[in-house]
Amino acid sequence: MYLQGNQACVLGALKAGCRFYAGYPITPSSEIMEEMAKTLPKYPCPAEGGACPDSVGNGVFVQMEDEIGSLAAVIGAVWAGAKAMTATSGPGLALMLENIGYAVMTETPCVIVNVQRAGPSTGQATKPASGDVMSVRWGAPGDYEIIAFSPWSVQEMYEFTIKAFNLAETYRVPVFLLADEAVGHLKETVELKEDIPVIPRAGKSETPPFSNAANNLPSPMPMFGQGRKLSVTGSTHDEWGYRRTQAPEAHAVLINRFCDKIRKNAEKIVEWETYESEDAEILVVAYGFTARSALRAVRLAREKGIKAGLLRLKTLWPFPEKIFQEMTPSVKKIIVPEMNQGQLIREIQSALGGLIRCEVIPYHKTNGQVITPDEILALLTTKSTKNTKDYE
Amino acid sequence: MLKNLDKYIRPESFPTPFCTGCGHGILMGAILRAIDELELDIDRMVFVSGIGCAAWIPSPHFAADTIHTTHGRPVAFATGIKLFNPKLKVVVVSGDGDLSAIGGNHLIHAARRNINLTIICANNNIYGMTGGQLAPTTPIGARTSTTPAGSSEPPFDLCKLVLGASSSDNAYVARTTVWHTRELIKYLKKAFSVPGFSFLEVISPCYTHFGRRNKYASPAEMILDLKDSAVRTKKQEDLFTFKEKNKILIGEFSG
Amino acid sequence: MKKKQFKITSNQNWCKGCEICVKICPKNVFEMQKDPGPKGYFIALVEHPELCIGCLECELHCPDLAIEVKI
Repeated sequence: MYLQGNQACVLGALKAGCRFYAGYPITPSSEIMEEMAKTLPKYPCPAEGGACPDSVGNGVFVQMEDEIGSLAAVIGAVWAGAKAMTATSGPGLALMLENIGYAVMTETPCVIVNVQRAGPSTGQATKPASGDVMSVRWGAPGDYEIIAFSPWSVQEMYEFTIKAFNLAETYRVPVFLLADEAVGHLKETVELKEDIPVIPRAGKSETPPFSNAANNLPSPMPMFGQGRKLSVTGSTHDEWGYRRTQAPEAHAVLINRFCDKIRKNAEKIVEWETYESEDAEILVVAYGFTARSALRAVRLAREKGIKAGLLRLKTLWPFPEKIFQEMTPSVKKIIVPEMNQGQLIREIQSALGGLIRCEVIPYHKTNGQVITPDEILALLTTKSTKNTKDYE
Repeated sequence: MLKNLDKYIRPESFPTPFCTGCGHGILMGAILRAIDELELDIDRMVFVSGIGCAAWIPSPHFAADTIHTTHGRPVAFATGIKLFNPKLKVVVVSGDGDLSAIGGNHLIHAARRNINLTIICANNNIYGMTGGQLAPTTPIGARTSTTPAGSSEPPFDLCKLVLGASSSDNAYVARTTVWHTRELIKYLKKAFSVPGFSFLEVISPCYTHFGRRNKYASPAEMILDLKDSAVRTKKQEDLFTFKEKNKILIGEFSG
Repeated sequence: MKKKQFKITSNQNWCKGCEICVKICPKNVFEMQKDPGPKGYFIALVEHPELCIGCLECELHCPDLAIEVKI
């Protein structure tokens, strides 16, 4: 099928079992909402597989009054038994932050698609950027971990949306699809794979709703209306959801659990791939649309006899520190092109720690345009020792 | 201890965290009595609350599915719950600040959508939990911790606000006080029973932060004062013409 | 005709002594206590149950769900 990235995201969500969407229009994500409005009411809720046992109808779409209400309605629907998502861009993400923290605190599985545009503020609404890499990770107050995917193709807009729903279900955490305008509006041929596994909503369970099962995994996601008398709160709570706002140990247990369920399972969550990296001396580390240009640049550099390679990060959070700690010794230089003023590079530098043999060169571009292969190729071929590059 | 109400509460959450003489406890009892009289299955109800003293009426006291959400957003959470599972009875219980200041947008849009929610607004004319600051419902001249010389801002009339936003002639919009307990239970039963959107404003005094600053001698005096300050009507028009100073217009204005 | 007797119970652990029952009772069934109750509040107790007319005003107005009048 020949599809736009935003459309492929919707098909992925439907495949993953998403049956509730609440959103507010915002460029460049609105196609997701429009597709959902068209298709979701035609999709029946599965009779089994853990969806709301009362549901006899089809999926539900609602256009809310703002992004705050959108994520609120999504979280409400999830507790009513839905798999649910919303989509937005930078200014909408800013409005959602409080409820993102609420989803973390109440361990509500949900998917938030952020089709990034050039910010801050309204910025350039129709132009791509990677400016929200840190916002999705650290935007809500307090300490927590989330998961974020960074698709580079329309195919991945489909596949990563399914994976996002699966991980949300497993870890009971908000999962971000951190796309950008270029991928969201890109049109490509997609293979709508049917054999991707889908993790269903868990059935009724008697375990405390806010505790861990085995292996640092949270207990199954409960739902309203089943006589469990659930107490859900954004305040610090015990394993049954009762407020414990004065007890130091209650807060410590909760926050450690939120962080550990992601950190201790990070190796099962993180995904990346490499190109031409076996003997690479210069490694480009890229993600999202930028990685497309980086791959082209690496291939062109190889033609010129330069030992260049690409490390493409498919997930940005949790950050895959281990890859950098175990990097092949041939790498002397790392180039990090980003459509921002240097966000993920901080994590890379920190992960490399004391590895002084490695020179890390950032490349920032924040003019609302994608980074081209030529720009990265120039960095791969230059002899310059200047260690910061900016597009001017 | 409580006739038939024991089965609806979590006894370990008592005594309540409310201040002595807080009207919210009276409202809490009235909600449970209305549920009992209607013989509603509390396991098929969801109580959604925001942030503030009133949000604690259902959470943690009610032995039901309760969700204590972010400040101002309970109506939006409730919208998601109700739309995905219309078979659940979804009830929002929150305060005037939560529902009409930070959450005013969600309130008017729920009224516009005529979504089948019951919204119970415990109006104490002040921000209780944060220490008695000005609310959009604080009467002109009233002293609060942020209007030490008396408020100069005109307040909202919440029933007028909701009625203006409502798209339905059948939406249930009513106001009473915690002194008028029998009427309160009757109105709650009606709010739970109507097929569309229902909004019930309940004047529920805060002695700790409002009363003490505004020359009331005791919580009991504040509650009893409601008897004299309430003016009952059966006409919707009165809502738009009522101008009596220091009086509260109560009644069923729509539905 | 003999006056009907009502059994009134008050939960001393839940009462916070707001005085609403004392002020609202038309027959002065309740009295505030001089010594603190089990939770440290100066609470109201039923002192004259024989005067009760079963109007339920105290029960309906108790903010702490502490009063029950058996009819």
